[in-house]
Amino acid sequence: MKGLLQGRLGTAAGFAAAAVLLLVVAPAVLSAFNLGLLGKFLCFAIVAVGIGLAWGRGGMLTLGQGVFFGLGAYIMAMHMKLADASLFGGSGVPDFMSLYGSGQVPGWWEPFRSPAVTLLAVVLVPGLVALILGLAVFKRRVKGAYFAILSQALAAAFAVFLIGQQATTGGSNGLSGFRSFFGFDLQDPDNKVMLYMIAAAVLLLSVALARQLMHSRLGELLVAVRDQEERVRFLGYDPASIKTAIYVVAAVLAGIAGALFVPLVGIISPADVGVIPSIAFIIGVAIGGRATLLGPVLGAVGAAAAQSALSSTFPSFWVYFQGLLFVLVIGFMPGGLASLASMVGKRRRNRTARPLPSVPTPAAASASAPLTEGEASMPEEARR
Amino acid sequence: MELLIGQMFAGLSLGSVLLLAALGLSLTFGQMGVINMAHGEFMMAGAYTAFVVQQAISDAGVSLLVSIPLGFLVGGVLGLVLEVLLLRRMYHRPLDTLLVTFGVALILQQAARDIFGAPSVDVRAPAWLQGNIEMLGAPIPLTRLFILALSLVCLAGLVLLLKATPLGRRIRAVVLNRDLAETSGVSTRRSDQLTFFIGSGLAGVAGVAVTLIGSTSPYLGTNYIVDAFLVVVAGGIGQIKGAVIAAFALGVLQSAFEYSTTASIGKVLILIVIVVFLQLRPQGIFSLKTRSLA
Repeated sequence: MKGLLQGRLGTAAGFAAAAVLLLVVAPAVLSAFNLGLLGKFLCFAIVAVGIGLAWGRGGMLTLGQGVFFGLGAYIMAMHMKLADASLFGGSGVPDFMSLYGSGQVPGWWEPFRSPAVTLLAVVLVPGLVALILGLAVFKRRVKGAYFAILSQALAAAFAVFLIGQQATTGGSNGLSGFRSFFGFDLQDPDNKVMLYMIAAAVLLLSVALARQLMHSRLGELLVAVRDQEERVRFLGYDPASIKTAIYVVAAVLAGIAGALFVPLVGIISPADVGVIPSIAFIIGVAIGGRATLLGPVLGAVGAAAAQSALSSTFPSFWVYFQGLLFVLVIGFMPGGLASLASMVGKRRRNRTARPLPSVPTPAAASASAPLTEGEASMPEEARR
Repeated sequence: MELLIGQMFAGLSLGSVLLLAALGLSLTFGQMGVINMAHGEFMMAGAYTAFVVQQAISDAGVSLLVSIPLGFLVGGVLGLVLEVLLLRRMYHRPLDTLLVTFGVALILQQAARDIFGAPSVDVRAPAWLQGNIEMLGAPIPLTRLFILALSLVCLAGLVLLLKATPLGRRIRAVVLNRDLAETSGVSTRRSDQLTFFIGSGLAGVAGVAVTLIGSTSPYLGTNYIVDAFLVVVAGGIGQIKGAVIAAFALGVLQSAFEYSTTASIGKVLILIVIVVFLQLRPQGIFSLKTRSLA
């Protein structure tokens, strides 16, 4: 059973099952409203795949994924605003600009009139920002807490910047009221299903990409960098390039997720991209199991579903619950729910096989144990 | 000239608030490696302490003087509880402390919303702190001057504690070499608890101080926490003098940027300055010279 699941065939079968579930079963079973909600959760799951790579596998606690999510989202939102304005208004100037601004479209909006430029920018802009930031930070060996705090400050600054630019970014109201998506009417139920399908397909692709990355040479090096960066350096690799590459992948995934979020949800505002939502992306990843392939996806969908079920009915209770989740999961179960599964597996193995002789230090343990996905390979942060 | 003095003072004043917020962090984050996201909420607790005390004691002057030590106690006890219940099992996972304490911050924020309500409340400044004094023609608000003085007093107290008392010697010993300190008979558990108590207490004092210049809301902590961490990072982890220079430098720069551009662009510029600065000195203004590779 286990051998089959871990084999190439098993992976393909699991992937196919997930694809059928997401692309065939869910649209058939769920109501239009719930399908839209699920689409939104899937966007968060795409972000979570990136965080799982960067944080779970690479040890880079990125608290600024909201920035990349926001970049993708705002680029898409700007394009949709401009397209709506020329389709329905005729003037080509988005409605809120005539309300708050000069009634002129600022120059840096103009490129996003073109659908091709928009689609390219959704991928390239977050990637480029992550590349520059990653090179600047990782090449100078800024890491750990420093990196976490810098990325968080980035999210804070981004939100403050957006709020300050009322006339060109909609300020704290954000951008909303979209009517069409690349010419498709957003009111049409069929088009809503299509949007959901795109989100589900992108999620499946990003999970496949993450799996390939984890099993590649780069993925192995990434785990090595997380656990013993200096040793990797001494072996002649450049940890900064490895980390930057993965950081860029995570940023691009977040950007694409943001771009899908806008037509699905219909609004993007600084409240979706600041410090708090950026950290909220983390909790799902932590619950599911940060270092596993599917843990972040399932955790993110679960956390988002819980939030939408509880936060409107019991707003106060939900915040306490969310806080407790952070405390309990990260404080007492750092491997997430995935570690429960591997704990059960280990116990079963121990019952059948003779237990291995105990290994004294974590370093020796990680050196002797083969790196398998089932072990969840949690980071062994050195005691300072 | 008045403008320059006024600007300069606005920067120093912002810097002193940042310093008050960051001083406790430079202990808990700098010395112990715990990334306490609830530090801002400890400030908020201090601010609400000032509010509650003022409800009980109507005289604004007396209530301020009572609030400062009480705020220290409230922040400190919250910190101590956090350390004993959660953080002591997490010293080997510094990044995870960030997320755990963020959860605590969420809980404390919601608790404040449930107890005091979401709208902000105001604490009256005492009569002897109202008004301005003239300094080379520029009007300087007395409350801001008081915060500057308070931050310097706290700084002096902290330095004195660390450098001149047996307790401070033990704290420094544990920071420099935990195992060796323990072998020499220092109770590291006690030292950790006391360090955390003092660091969190300073957050409480900072909270009392900021009630003088703004209103108190459940979100008070989130306004300061990111900036306070940036101060500690730019100053160099574990370096109190670094934190002092970084706080005042960031304060002066930020108010200059905000004066010459807008508040939002000023924030972005500050972040760029810090990233560029970390390119030049990745370990902050001052760094401990160690032979460790990490």
